[in-house]
Amino acid sequence: MNIIYSILIFVTTLLTNYPLENGYDIGDIATDFSLENIDGKFVSLSDFKDAKGFIIVFTCNTCPYAILYEDRIEALNKKYAFQGYPVVAIMPNNVETKPGDSMKSMQQRAIDKGFTFPYLIDADQKIYPQYGATKTPHVYILESTTRGPVVRYIGGIDDNYKDATLVKTNFVEDAIESLKNGGAIKFTKTKAIGCSIKQ
Amino acid sequence: MKSFFILIVYCFLSCVSKEKTKVKLTASLPPLEIHDFSGIEPYLNLKGSKTYIVNFWATWCAPCVKEIPYFEAIQANYSEDVEVILISLDFPRQYESKLKPFIVKHQLKSKVIALDDPDMNSWIPKVDVDWDGAIPVTLIYNSSKRTFYKRTFAYNELDFELKTFLTTK
Repeated sequence: MNIIYSILIFVTTLLTNYPLENGYDIGDIATDFSLENIDGKFVSLSDFKDAKGFIIVFTCNTCPYAILYEDRIEALNKKYAFQGYPVVAIMPNNVETKPGDSMKSMQQRAIDKGFTFPYLIDADQKIYPQYGATKTPHVYILESTTRGPVVRYIGGIDDNYKDATLVKTNFVEDAIESLKNGGAIKFTKTKAIGCSIKQ
Repeated sequence: MKSFFILIVYCFLSCVSKEKTKVKLTASLPPLEIHDFSGIEPYLNLKGSKTYIVNFWATWCAPCVKEIPYFEAIQANYSEDVEVILISLDFPRQYESKLKPFIVKHQLKSKVIALDDPDMNSWIPKVDVDWDGAIPVTLIYNSSKRTFYKRTFAYNELDFELKTFLTTK
């Protein structure tokens, strides 16, 4: 009996841990968080009372791909924050491995680049594994519903990291436009090269 | 005053000569192979008798750079049975300033190919459906086995994995 019980516990543990290790899929409810912003205040999704959704971007100061996308992330916030879809950036790296991603460096980078979005630090590195983020930059678009924030898009920002003017498909913009119009999102998951998140 | 002047001249000369050697070294490299994904794909499907280790990396990626010596050592120790191919995702503007000097400095013996294809969403799934784009990643394959690794390797870990391929042949 004990053995059966142990097996049951083992299987249940496996089943309950499995989705967490792999992070969110499209349609999953994202749990809220409370993470420190560059201004010292703690930010949660629930703070944005009127948000119709969120553009969550796992990003950092040190990854060349993240740097190439900084201006485009800022442009997304400028375009969509007032329409109800703010950018919330989260820096997931271990700052001991990447001192260039320390809170102080994040603050400096935000000043230098004029970021208008919250730039939060996942200091305990507990949030990015819940999402299943593996790299920077890595985007999750959430839609506010009565059930909570639902994951609607996972992936890259657009299809040309090198040159914003040569982009053919703006994955994030297209997804937000679809959400606004109540239409189906054409690309719900895309792939992009990025820097692995430093543990 | 005179010795100070000599020192300055000496410094100047030594700088110039260092610069010269650097330029010479990268110039002695065979031309860098640069491809879009259609040019890379054949390297993921080689039909020879060897086991192929294809690593996606970049000079700006610290965990990638850390494991490069292990791939080099594997190439040296299994030169009969293994071919290592290092596919660089360095930015084209850094081929001359970063990638080529890296190849020279570390005296890389493995084949290095640069992949320049910005439409990442179209080609990443063709490497492996489970790869979401974080590097480093490594593909090991031969005529009877193929495994994609979303992880980093120490030498003994890579050696261990490789042996599972060499015994399946």
